[in-house]
This record gives sequence, structure tokens and C-alpha cells, in this order.
Amino acid sequence: MNLHPIVVVGSGLAAWTTIKELRKHDAQVPLVMVTASSGDAYPKPALSTAFAQGKQADQLRNGVAADLAATNQVQLQAHTMAVSIDLAAQQLHTSQGVLDYSSLVLAHGANPIRIPLQGDAVDQVLSVNQLEDYALLRARLQPGARVLIMGAGLIGCEFANDLSAAGFKVQVVDPSARPLAALLPEDASLQLAHALSALGVVWHWGNSVTRVSEQAPGLQVQLQNGEQLQVDLVLSAIGLRANTDWLAASGLQCDRGVLVNSHLQTNDAHVYALGDVAQYASAGNRTLPYVMPIMTAARALGATLSGTPTEVVFPVMPVAVKTPAWPLLVAAPSPQTAGAWVLLEEGAWQFHNQDGQCLGFVLAGAKTSLRAKAMQWLSAP
Amino acid sequence: MSQATQTYVCIVCGFIYDEAAGRPEDGIAVGTKWTDVPADWTCPDCGVAKADFEMVEV
Repeated sequence: MNLHPIVVVGSGLAAWTTIKELRKHDAQVPLVMVTASSGDAYPKPALSTAFAQGKQADQLRNGVAADLAATNQVQLQAHTMAVSIDLAAQQLHTSQGVLDYSSLVLAHGANPIRIPLQGDAVDQVLSVNQLEDYALLRARLQPGARVLIMGAGLIGCEFANDLSAAGFKVQVVDPSARPLAALLPEDASLQLAHALSALGVVWHWGNSVTRVSEQAPGLQVQLQNGEQLQVDLVLSAIGLRANTDWLAASGLQCDRGVLVNSHLQTNDAHVYALGDVAQYASAGNRTLPYVMPIMTAARALGATLSGTPTEVVFPVMPVAVKTPAWPLLVAAPSPQTAGAWVLLEEGAWQFHNQDGQCLGFVLAGAKTSLRAKAMQWLSAP
Repeated sequence: MSQATQTYVCIVCGFIYDEAAGRPEDGIAVGTKWTDVPADWTCPDCGVAKADFEMVEV
């Protein structure tokens, strides 16, 4: 029997939940957590919804790493970078030394995508993907500040709502023609745009940022169409990319994330992955950077690591878009699914394939309360 | 003195359970106290089981 510990890389929801689930089955197996951050726990969805509630970064922290480590009997190696993996030797190389592992769990997430920009203030463009980033955002925003958000996807829209509601002057720039364009039927998307406009959000569609320069007291932003905007802060919310460069170099198969089978196992039998870093065979080879899939995957992996191989089976997992001005619940069909959105009633849409089968839904505003009913639409034959 | 209803927030995902509103779509009547929410109820946004729920009063 291999007495080396199970080593977990990362300390977000995927990492801590896997550890808690594993401890439900096995109180003995030695566990080591390697994390680049402090290891403190916080609800990540709150990062784009907490400003209007007046929450400081410290108030979002809901678990101190040392306490969680003690409770779950984990040896914590905080502020430690994972550098490479020697698959044959079952060793993780870190900035603090080499760790032998019996199993390795990759749960270190994804990094914000940064598009190349010109200008002398590019390094001031902020992305909020961790609690530390949120603290920085709060520190930088003075009351009434002008904010430009790059990206009108889920996180961009949530921030637009949250920061507008908190009294900031928000503009959003996106190359598409409407918010959440990839996810929503056109009329739903337009209604979201309208609801956020009513809060004061100004949209710049079909456009993107090309240059960010210092111009006291703030920043000057140039858009692709030549338009110039004066703002105080630029927030980039154009998506996440799994942090896989070092994994591919170690011999793990990666695409948009590290590829895992239905047991969350990579191409190496001793290495597992879940969360934002993983690309799941069980989800049609997709990444699923949301809370519910993480909880589902962590439950299965906790059992697997305790010696009971357990396949992950993802249920239908609607995504809540936390835009209080016009909240949404979206169960999107798989990408490339042929079909069309159909308006069922005000605030409720179904996605139908050519046979009229319902493969997805969108609920908006007060209709988000129809969740249970909408879930039945999907299971109807 | 009647007790005011409470609001709880799921610390995993931020979902808010308001006792005053209940969760009729899940069969939980208006005014249901958190302690009376069935043990097999799960967070509608993130799937956390009530047994694992770490809700805090807001």
C-alpha cells in the first residue's frame, strides 16, 4: 500500500469540497494541500454580487485556511506554487520542494483571459477571479467612480448590475451585439440589456478596447472604432482559461482544460482533476466553471479517493445569472445543438430541437420561481 | 412577541432562503422556518444538501 499522501493542488471550492467529501469516507488517509494563495475559503459567486451589499473582502471569507486544515486534518502548504509533475515517480514539484503523492488532485482553477492591449496603463486593468482581486477592486473604487467593463458575459453582466447598484457609473464594451449573446435567446438578451440600462449602464456593442492609457485623474480608453472614454477603472471580464500550461508540459492531456474521464481521472491513473481546470468527458467534453458541477464532481471524487470508484453523473444544472435588476436562470442546451428558442410566456423560453423536444430553458425576472416546473420540461419525453 | 422571520444565505453560492417567502416551487410553504425545511432539501443554485448547509443569518 502506498503510504504517501493524497496531494490536492488549489484551495477553492473544488479543492475544499473534495477534501470535505473525502473525509466523510476516510478520516485516516494523509492529505496535503498545495495552494498559491492563503487557502482561505470564500463563496466565489459573491465576488460579482457583493459590492452593492457593501461587503468588504474580509466579510466574504467564510473559512480560515488554518481552521479548515485542522478540522479536515490537512497539511497546508500555502503560498506555494505547483511547478511540474513527475508522473512516473508520482512526485509534485513545488516552489517549496518535492512532494510524493499516492494520488494527485488538480483543483487549481482557471485564470482570467487577458487580451493584448496597447497603452501605458495596461497593467492597471483589473480582473476579479479571487478574493484578493475583489479587495483590490474595492480599494481602487472611490465613490461615484467611472468603470469600464470589458465583456458582457455572465460575470461582466453581474458586475455591471452590482457596480451600478452600488452607485458607480458603469459602461460595458463587447464585440457582440447584446449581453450574454452566446447563452440567451435574442429577446431575453435584449430585456437584460434594457434592465441594466435602466440602472444606468451604458453599452458599447460591436466594439472592443484597444488601448488603456494614464490620463490624470483616471484612465483614457480607446475603443476599436476610435471612440475615447474617460474612466477611473477598467475591469476585464472576458472569460477564464484553465491553468494547464504546466500540466501539458508534464505529460497530461489538455485541451481547453485537463481532460478527465467519468471518474475524473486524467490520462495518468494517479492524477485526477475537477473544477475550472477540468474538461469533463461526462459533460460532453466541456468545461463547467460553475458551482453546482463542482459540488457534483467533488462528491464523486471524494468517494473515489476513499477507495470506492464512483463515476460523476452531472444532473441538469441550470446556471443562475445574479443580475437582481433582471435575474435569470439558464439551462443551456449543449453547444452546437440544432434547434431554436421559443417564447413560452413572458419571461420563460424553451429551446426546442426539430422534434419539438425541450433541451433547454431560460427563466427571467419573477419567472425564475418556475424552476421546478422548468426542470420537468427537460425530463419530459 | 412574535418572532420575525429570518433570511439565510448559502455560503457556497449566495442563494438566499427567506423564511417569509418560503420556497413554494419546492413544496416549502410561505413562512416555513429554516429548522422546518426538510433535511433532503438542496440548495436550488448549487445543490448543497441541507445537512451540509452552512447557512448564516443575514
